[in-house]
Amino acid sequence: MLNNIAIGQYFPGNSILHRLDPRVKLVLLLVYLAEVFVFSNARSYMILGATAGLLIWISGVPFRMVLRSLKPLWWIILFTFIIHLFSHPGTPLWTIGMFTMTWEGVNQGVFISLRLILLILMSSLLTFTTSPLRLTDALESLLNPLKRFGLPAHELAMMMTIALRFIPTLIEETDKIMKAQESRGADFSTGSVLSRLRNMVPVLVPLFLSAFRRADELAMAMEARGYRGGIGRTRMKVLQIGSVDYLAVFLFLLMTAALCMISWAG
Amino acid sequence: MSFIEFHDLTHCYNQGQENEYMAICGVNLSIEQGSFTVILGRNGSGKSTLAKHINGLLLPTSGVCLVDGRDTQDMDDLWAIRRQVGMVFQNPDNQLIAAVVEDDVAFGPENLGIAPQEIRSRVDEALKAVGMEKYKSFAPHLLSGGQKQRIAIAGALAMRTRCLVLDEPTAMLDPQGREEVLNTVRRLHDEQGITIVYITHFMEEAVAADRIVVMDQGRIQAEGTPREIFCEVEAMKAGGLDVPLAAELAWRLRREGMKLPGQIMTDEELVQALEAYGCPLS
Repeated sequence: MLNNIAIGQYFPGNSILHRLDPRVKLVLLLVYLAEVFVFSNARSYMILGATAGLLIWISGVPFRMVLRSLKPLWWIILFTFIIHLFSHPGTPLWTIGMFTMTWEGVNQGVFISLRLILLILMSSLLTFTTSPLRLTDALESLLNPLKRFGLPAHELAMMMTIALRFIPTLIEETDKIMKAQESRGADFSTGSVLSRLRNMVPVLVPLFLSAFRRADELAMAMEARGYRGGIGRTRMKVLQIGSVDYLAVFLFLLMTAALCMISWAG
Repeated sequence: MSFIEFHDLTHCYNQGQENEYMAICGVNLSIEQGSFTVILGRNGSGKSTLAKHINGLLLPTSGVCLVDGRDTQDMDDLWAIRRQVGMVFQNPDNQLIAAVVEDDVAFGPENLGIAPQEIRSRVDEALKAVGMEKYKSFAPHLLSGGQKQRIAIAGALAMRTRCLVLDEPTAMLDPQGREEVLNTVRRLHDEQGITIVYITHFMEEAVAADRIVVMDQGRIQAEGTPREIFCEVEAMKAGGLDVPLAAELAWRLRREGMKLPGQIMTDEELVQALEAYGCPLS
């Protein structure tokens, strides 16, 4: 099936994780992330880590691919690790100049790094197993109750849908404009950062103009097709919570119960 | 009463400002249910402006536009009119809303508040009618221009529209895409009896119509069957428009003294006439 939206990092598949209702996945992820903060002791982290590993294995997404999502953030992880090494008072391990590395610092550094790694891994697992479209639907459905407080849930979701639709089109267009400007002697690949930025102006101006024109025409096309906001609108694809979702919630609650027992009973 | 009626329709952009511009001046026209009407005209002749009146995207400055007896200026009837009149625009990229083909076709019925199962069956039916059922889970940016226009047509069909207004749907397409779109439109007209209002500046496409309306400077300049229109070669040229190549060639040959019949419009007819005249062409 060619359901490929070229953006995001959706990894098409048919695992249980892929088939879960996106709303359930999103809510469980949020609770999981909260638990990573609440239960910060070694045994809890073993359970949370094992759960993450198990879920990645179930999802069928190659392990290396999931790890790659850490790449843009590894230096932040490293940085916080090093800061923590030296910033906690306690039993000294090693001293360079005025900095003292402590045993408590090492301990804390490992925890914080693990916390960050778990956050990133699990969040990217959601985007690996959920297509952006389903994620948008989930957001709309979850934000729906907040409409009462004036949150434009439908409008936000519609904006995201349109953005998803037009990102590939605008990327194509940027490419075309850049080639057109290059053919007239524009230079985007040499010079200082500042001059390169300045050289992007002849690309951005036509791109924005065309985006505004597109928006205008799209609005007209939407109106012609009877669009008048979220009121009275139905959806063809309705999200439905099934037995797999109940099972997932049940297993998740089991894990949470185990975490509570380890942290507070032991 | 005709399906679409314009009475003394005038449309003026930026009324009262310095850059005021009269796009349509006093047009009277009626379009019958189930007909295939082509509106021809050069750039700025007011043909697109006229088309946008049919489903109330633009409202008349003066005069009336009636669709199935309803006035487009009546806000209560506007949604009923839009349900009946589907529109396809020139740029295939700027009228598809969703990132997956079937979701896009479902957009119209979703706006009407139809039940999910019913939308599903309408979407499948509409995609089949334009021959795009294989592409239902594709992303629009992976399709060709002609395919995108067929999806746009399917989007209108899924609303169970009785009339399709196509505003230069082939202007940005390659010859193959143009052929695809025109054939689809023709088939929908023949098989489902959908009223077609087709705006174009390609003369070859106009040959398919029951009736041609030629517009110039916001007025209707000529009106008739394709044969009547295209045989008035001088009048068309005076209005800055071309005629199909075969009609033009026949006209030139006639001017040079060849006695060809005055009703030639298509390539086949020209070939036949020349062979009858005694020029073996094959």
